[in-house]
Formats: sequence, C-alpha cells, structure tokens
Amino acid sequence: MGFITINGKKVEFTNEKNLLTIIRKAGIEVPTLCYQPELSVFGACRLCTVEDDRGRCFASCSEEPRDGMVIYTHTERLRKHRKLIIELLLAAHCRDCTTCDKHGKCTLQKLAYQHGVNTIRFANHREERPVDFSSPSIVRDPNKCVLCGNCVRVCSEIQGIGVLGFTHRGTDADVSPAFNKKLSETNCVSCGQCRVVCPTGALTIHHNMTDVWQALGDKNTRVVAQIAPAVRVAVGEAFGLPKGENSMGKIVAALHRMGFDEVFDTTYTADLTIMEESAEFLERVAKGEKLPLLTSCCPAWVKFVENEFPEFKPNVSTCRSPQQMFSAILKDYYRDEANAKGKKTYVVSIMPCTAKKMEAERPDAYTYGEKDTDIVLTTSELIRMIDAAGINFENMPSEACDMPFGIGSGGGVIFGATGGVTEAVLRRLVEGHDPHTLEAIAECGVRGDQGIKEFSIPYNGIEVKICVASGLANARKVLESVKSGEKEYHFIEIMACPGGCVMGGGQPTDGTKVRRAETRTKGLYATDGTMAIKKSNENPLMDLFYNGYFKGKAHELLHNHHE
Amino acid sequence: MLDQSYYQKTDEIIERYGRKAAALIPIMQDIQAEYRYLPAELLTYVAKEIGITETKAYSVATFYENFSFEAKGKYVIKVCDGTACHVRHSTPVLEALWKELGLSKKKHTTDDMMFTVETVSCLGACGLAPTMMVNEQVYPSMTPEKALALIEQLRGNG
Repeated sequence: MGFITINGKKVEFTNEKNLLTIIRKAGIEVPTLCYQPELSVFGACRLCTVEDDRGRCFASCSEEPRDGMVIYTHTERLRKHRKLIIELLLAAHCRDCTTCDKHGKCTLQKLAYQHGVNTIRFANHREERPVDFSSPSIVRDPNKCVLCGNCVRVCSEIQGIGVLGFTHRGTDADVSPAFNKKLSETNCVSCGQCRVVCPTGALTIHHNMTDVWQALGDKNTRVVAQIAPAVRVAVGEAFGLPKGENSMGKIVAALHRMGFDEVFDTTYTADLTIMEESAEFLERVAKGEKLPLLTSCCPAWVKFVENEFPEFKPNVSTCRSPQQMFSAILKDYYRDEANAKGKKTYVVSIMPCTAKKMEAERPDAYTYGEKDTDIVLTTSELIRMIDAAGINFENMPSEACDMPFGIGSGGGVIFGATGGVTEAVLRRLVEGHDPHTLEAIAECGVRGDQGIKEFSIPYNGIEVKICVASGLANARKVLESVKSGEKEYHFIEIMACPGGCVMGGGQPTDGTKVRRAETRTKGLYATDGTMAIKKSNENPLMDLFYNGYFKGKAHELLHNHHE
Repeated sequence: MLDQSYYQKTDEIIERYGRKAAALIPIMQDIQAEYRYLPAELLTYVAKEIGITETKAYSVATFYENFSFEAKGKYVIKVCDGTACHVRHSTPVLEALWKELGLSKKKHTTDDMMFTVETVSCLGACGLAPTMMVNEQVYPSMTPEKALALIEQLRGNG
C-alpha cells in the first residue's frame, strides 16, 4: 500500500507483487522479454530496468514496490541501456527475419525497430545449430533463442512436464531438452504453451499451410473444413474486431471464398462426444468400474496420461476427440460413391491447438485403414491464410455452415472453455431445458477460471463427484490425489491449456502481455446464450446420425479401439 | 544398454545421499568418480529416482565443466587456460598435446582410451604457470617439449 512517483506522476499501489505491474497499470509500457505474469519472476533480460531519483538502476520485474519510491522509466540512460541489450541479443541471433515464422509478431524484432538498432557492431560467434522439425506441432530453432526461459518455466510450472531446460552456461548456454534430444523423442505433449510465451521465432507452430493451398488448388479434390469452437472467438482480434467476438460467420464465408468445398462446425461432433461420453459414463457408474472417467477431448492431456500416469489409461474415455470423430464421419460419408461424386476428400481441421496436429498423426487416427484428418491448421495459420488469400475479413458477410453436418448445440460451443465439456454432459443428463435448470447447472461450480474446480451434483440417487481442471500441473495434482486415495471422483475433465482451448497453443498471441482467456470465454458463453438448442441430445442431427446414414456405425467411427 | 551392475552401483550411491533433489550433485560426482564419466543412462535413472526431471538433471550436469558424458581416458590431462597460464603460453602446450595425440577442441579422448585432454579455467596454482594436471598430479611451468616428454613417459608406463 502506498504511492510511487513514476515519471513525475504519483501512482497509488495496493498489493502488486512488483514494480513492473504498477508501471504497466499506470499505462506505461516498459519492454520485457522474460516477464510473464503467470510465471515465476526470472529477471534475465534486464529490459524492464528503471532508474530511481538517486540514479540507481534495477529491474522493475523483480523489485518490490515501496511507498515513496521515485522512478523513471524512459530516461536517456535507460534508452541507451535497452538499445545495447537488444544489440547484444541480436549479435548472437539468427537475423533472417523475412523468412522467420515470427516475422511481424516478434518482440525482439519490434524492440530493435523501436530503439533504432540499425547495425550490429558485434560478430556472431555462435555456431549454427540444427532446427528441430521432428514434432508435428512445434518447430524449435535454437538459433533464435534469447534465453529468456519463458518456455522452460511454462513447461515446468504451468504444465508440470519440464521437457525444456537450460543447458551449459555462459556463451554456450542454450535451451533444449535433455541430451539435446529432438522434441519427438521427449515427453513433450505438443500443447504449444512454450510457443505461446516465446518472444521470438525460437519456438513456432509447425505449419501446414502449403499442404492446404495445394489441396485447394486441385480440381479433383473436395476440400472440407471443420472449425473448432475456440477458433471463432480468436480470429476476429487479428483483423481489428473486438476481442472475444464470435466471428464464425465471417470465417465460414472466408473459407468458402478460399475454395473450401464444404465448411462444417466441430460443435456437431462435440455433441456426438457428449452423447457417447454420457452413455459411457452412465455405464461405468452402473457397473462401478473404471471410475473416475477421464475426458478424452484434449490430445495433450491424453498423451500426458500415457506418458506419466499409464495406470489411468483404462479410465480415459474411449471416445475419440471431436476432431477425430468429425474427420472419421466425413471420410466415411464420402467413401460412398453417391456422395463422393468422383472426387477424393481432403479433411482440414481448424483448431486452436498444436497438439491436434500430433493427434491427427497417431496410429489410432485411422478408420478402415484410412487417415481421418488429413491436415490440422491452427487458428494462427488460418489467419495467415485468410490474409494471403486477399480476403478483407472485416467486411466479410456472415455465412452459415454447410449441411448435412452444419448444426451444433450451445453445449458443443462451450467445449472451448474449461468446464465446458462437463457442463454439456450435465445438460445432457439433467432433465429439462428451461432457463432455470440451465442456470442451475451453470452455477454449480463448473464455470470460472480456477485451475482446479470440484463440485458434486445429485443424479439418480447418487452424489456425482466431479473435478474440472486445466493446465497439466493441475492435472498432475488431481491424478496424484486420486492415486493416493485422498480424493474420489466419478468424472474428471482436463484441458491441458490453462483456461481450456480458448488459450490453446495454436491461438494468436501478442507475446509478452497478459493474455485473454476471459474475453474469449465470455465470447463462447455469449454465443451459447444466443443458441436455441442448448443440449447436445436436442441437436436434430443426432437422430440423423444414429438412425440415418451412419446407423450402426457409432462404435466404429466414434471410439478408439486400442487397448 | 549399460550392464545391470551399473544400476546396482548407482543405487548404492543414491542410498548414500538420500532420494532428494539436493543430492543430485554429490551423486553425480560419485558416479563420475566410479566410472571416470557420467553415463547418460545413469543420469536419467538418477533423475527419476530422486524425483526431478531428466532435463533438470541435464541442466545441472552441463552447467559444471567437470561432468562429462563421454568416457574418459586412463590419463586425464587438464591444461590450465586461466589468465595467468594463458599469458604465459599455455596455448602452445595444449596445441602440442592435441597434435601429438590427434585430438581437437571437439575430440577429447584418444581412440585407445589412454588420454583425455581438456582445458580448465584455473587450477589455483598461478605462480607455477603454465600449469597442467595429469589425473591428480600437478606439473608446473610447462612447455610443449616437456608436455610431449611426459606423454612419452606415460605411454611407457602403459
């Protein structure tokens, strides 16, 4: 509590943990590379250094605020100091900016431009190191690493995995997996949170845009897209629309113009997931086996269980993820010559997620020997493609998804937020769809941005105990507590990314500033609010699925069959 | 694959210091003392046993120049390249050894596993510069000729 004078203006502070937070709250931007509000303070980059009235300089990120402090954030001395830091970082940095995937989004590039760094006086003595393309999700280029450690901390503190770490020291210091292994040889679950916090092009999305352009250019190929819930509330902001606004209609219109033959909404298979997973849940409860049921929508989470808690593998729902269900359905539908009309079908899945790329390559991502999802594009890649296609996104009209797979429920839409899957399951199980019932479900403890949420709900004479968590470090805590017998649940929903898919590793990011689960989550709930069909089981396409073309195929298309 | 005996020995060493993260460095030191290097498989094993990530263990092991993932030769020659030794011409000594033994900055150990040549930053004997160590023995005021003579002598010992 107290006052600090920043650049001559008195600013009040309360319980902010460091000076930097107060400076930023006062509307002053001090550059940082290694500061991430949700991670531990590291103090490595020194760019946030400020000067006090006695001429002492210190890093504001690691300085505790004290009443009566007088500080300056942009003196001539600090400007020179920052410029030199940037120059030194660039000296040992790959400077092929034009071909870098982070071009235009790179904090280092932006700072160099702002500070007028036009020449680098120092030679680069670092040997060029190979770029790791081994992961289908993430590309790691050590030549672009500035050793800020954000990826190291997010991987261990938030995700509790710790694949990346600092190695060696001094001028040989590096960030890499143990023994400089390739990412594909590690416990990496492909969540992409490292790429979200990387200020440079050292960790980027393994992009597949070229494959999609090629498919779109082929007259004999029917290119179909499915769009995940969380994508629609993240695209708009890249084109100047309000943050968190649902721009699904514009996305569909843009994809149609880019040459996609059909555009569908993954919400449809989110609804199928609810149908299948609810049935599976009730069956397990009736038999009293393989409980708690663990959700299977998030491939990074599934991989995490396989890597670190193999004893819980039988508890994971056998349901395929909505992405894999949809792709399997699409491929099956067009396997029929009457539907295929002589064209081969190419399924593009547009996801907020880097792990979905890994999921699409898994051995269980095939049906009848055919690969279900041909390519996964992340939201970030979609934005680049819309730009490259010369589409004026802001002025796009709204278009609806195509049929026969174009309808989803509100329950499917909220899959994109942590707790959404659980809420949709509850909507399916609880009788009634009046506003009162739905509101009671929404307020049972399932919503909110806490990392771990626990609550119970009475159902058919038992008290169903539920846990919802996001962030894999939280997931680890939950599983450890179940393993030790300390906690007992019937149902556990986990999303690997903190906040759920809206904060997925494939979503657009603005680097080092506070990220926005809140606006995107609100966008999803607002969308749900406008939808007439709230419950997955009331989606009219469900009946068409179970009793129409796909009758009898649910087991084959919608479930994984491995042991 | 390492022989099972390596893991038994490592278990003994771990027991000596306890299954805790803080025991990592003494455990690695004892493993290296036992085998003259730190086998990668054992580092992974130790990390798991004391409850830290493999990456964390690797971070610590690579931070210290002293730990090596490569098997070292019978004679480990440490040429001091600290400031005092450097200005008194330690580089020609190092280069003479490299040339004689067919080693380089990248290749530290001879194929017959007899000699390992590495540089160290200071042996704390600046008055004797340029200094060199062979295993535990210190050799003061080195020249390229004295270094080569020493190699001959060590080869004679077999």
